[in-house]
Amino acid sequence: MATMNMLQAINNALDIAMAEDEKVICFGEDVGIFGGVFRATSHLQEKYGKARCFNTPLVEQGIIGFANGLAAQGSVPVAEIQFADYIFPAFDQIVNETAKFRYRSGDLFNVGGLTIRTPYGGGISGGLYHSQSPEAYFTHTPGLKVVVPRNPYQAKGLLLAAIRDPDPVLFLEPKRLYRAAVGEVPDEDYQLPIGEAEVIKEGTDITLVGWGAQMEVISKAAELAEEQGIACEVIDLRSLLPWDVDTVAESVFKTGRMIVSHEAPLTGGFAGEIAATIQERCFLYLESPITRVTGLDTPFPLVLEKEYLPDHLKIFEAICESVNF
Amino acid sequence: MMTQYVHQPAFMTGDEFSIETFSLLNPDGELYPGGEEPALTRDHARRLYQAMLATRILDERMMAAQRQGRLSFYMQCTGEEAAVVGAAAALDDADMIMAQYREQGALMYRGFSIDEFMNQLFGNELDYGKGRQMPIHYGSRKLHYMTISSPLATQIPQATGYAYGQKLAGEGHCTLTFFGEGAASEGDFHAALNMAAVHQVPVIFFCRNNGYAISTPSTEQFAADGIAPRAFGYHMHVIRVDGNDALAVYEATRQARKIAVEQNQPVLIEAMSYRLAAHSSSDDPSGYRAKSEEEAWRAKDPLLRMQRWLAKKGWWSDEEEAAQQESLRREVLETMKRAEKRPPPPLESLISDVYADVTPALQHQLDQLKRHIRRYPDAYPRGAKSLDLTLSSATDTQGEA
Repeated sequence: MATMNMLQAINNALDIAMAEDEKVICFGEDVGIFGGVFRATSHLQEKYGKARCFNTPLVEQGIIGFANGLAAQGSVPVAEIQFADYIFPAFDQIVNETAKFRYRSGDLFNVGGLTIRTPYGGGISGGLYHSQSPEAYFTHTPGLKVVVPRNPYQAKGLLLAAIRDPDPVLFLEPKRLYRAAVGEVPDEDYQLPIGEAEVIKEGTDITLVGWGAQMEVISKAAELAEEQGIACEVIDLRSLLPWDVDTVAESVFKTGRMIVSHEAPLTGGFAGEIAATIQERCFLYLESPITRVTGLDTPFPLVLEKEYLPDHLKIFEAICESVNF
Repeated sequence: MMTQYVHQPAFMTGDEFSIETFSLLNPDGELYPGGEEPALTRDHARRLYQAMLATRILDERMMAAQRQGRLSFYMQCTGEEAAVVGAAAALDDADMIMAQYREQGALMYRGFSIDEFMNQLFGNELDYGKGRQMPIHYGSRKLHYMTISSPLATQIPQATGYAYGQKLAGEGHCTLTFFGEGAASEGDFHAALNMAAVHQVPVIFFCRNNGYAISTPSTEQFAADGIAPRAFGYHMHVIRVDGNDALAVYEATRQARKIAVEQNQPVLIEAMSYRLAAHSSSDDPSGYRAKSEEEAWRAKDPLLRMQRWLAKKGWWSDEEEAAQQESLRREVLETMKRAEKRPPPPLESLISDVYADVTPALQHQLDQLKRHIRRYPDAYPRGAKSLDLTLSSATDTQGEA
């Protein structure tokens, strides 16, 4: 065991993957000698050479187009998009190419080796273009897997699983926690399952669902609720596509209440998908409406970021309303 | 690079450079003075021409079949057979080809059978693509021909990535990607060429400049002298070639491959040709171009030019031509009849290959669908057919894809 922050855990996972399999190749803007603007790829070029860890020109559609071809060839690319806000030039390559490669060829070809890493989320005074949470654009795309870790331990285990997964994975890294989240991480190689949620706290009164950086906020709200005698069950989805309906439904059968929270805007957000699915599964068990606590339907603000974000107080209020419905 | 300062402003437009067109055969199939015949063997030259001819005939018959309502959609390679087959013939058969959609000639050259073409066109149970894509979206793993995808230019940066992997593998292979002059306007084109030059990738970018992107003439696609000058901006080898001259295309591509594989450098080839047919079966060029223009290009038919050259060499005869045409037409008709009758892919193919393994959520959706189809089988004849367990699903077998 070592104490690592999330960046160190990610770097460690990449190091393990590259040492184990020479087909693993890391690239993106500033990923080479500089080690990425957040340093997630530090020292990888020194260790594995310029052919396997390198800078690309500044062209996201090119990075993912290149990565698709490289994966189709049989390599295992780990492509970095410097900020999730800048993934959109690559949207066509991801949605029309990555996601459909296996299906459209009848499994003659696939890009299952591909992992796309990208930092997402707010809370860093990043304004419109360094704060977005674009997960819902991608969860609407069959053929992709979408994974979000909440802490260093999860980040290492899920990233290793993503790199070795037979399907392409979009790995969204909560950049607010890159250095803020510190924890015990095993030195050795391990994987955490993709597609399985984790119940991180058991409770009987209400189910709180989220992923990534929002888990810290949700847990804080749960503590406030506990002080009021409300026992919250907290679930980290970890994987949004596919997502673990059974674990969430089991919880709601028990609690009869659910809140889903994410930073992304309300309308069309992934919370809507979870709410719709759970009301279908658990309709007769529900004691109150499923509530979404999310960002506003605005672009991501700067100065009023704190007001925009679905913080622990907004979630706590929603818990009280749900319980007193 | 050393900066050279001048003290009077001087603007450049690119007109300072002129890019010539490499051509070996005149329309009568004779070598131009000063041109050298490439070292093509008799068998290789015949294989090249026969693929051109087979493509022409397949295209004619399938467009007719589309007009008869037997096929939903079709696209012809007509007029560009020399460009496409000439390029394929210059590659190693294990080099990867990543095409746009009008390059069935390259696949024909590699040995895709008429049966295989037909199964894709009719999307039957033997289609490697499992009936998921519109006609002409072929692919073959064994022939190193990447499955076609409709979005334009997406294959170009993929070719750069694929070839980067080939370079690391060190087996001496390269990738050739085809695209039209219209697709070269997409951002993916720029991304691909720049990355290939920066990372020294063994990839050949083969532009078929056929004059039109559906109805838009190349004069409305770019202001510069075609696509070739763009290579300068990336510091890339480039050659422009007469796309109706199979020998010139072959030789240009052969040398490009040498540069790619031996120097790990990308090459851009611009083949000047003309889309003699409509963009697709859904298009009618009479609304946007003159018949006289088409006639002028028809006179430069790439098949005739190659055929004449072969005849002069004594490698092809009128008798062979007639016999080959006759046998190809018969084969196309017979295989079409067979392909039409084969059942559609089974209902399960709706959800397979989305992921490596079917997810529980997808299985649940399929189960729901099956229950629904059992209630209304007449509304879903294809799906109902594969639900009927008394019908055998595999009537024929096909080899490796």
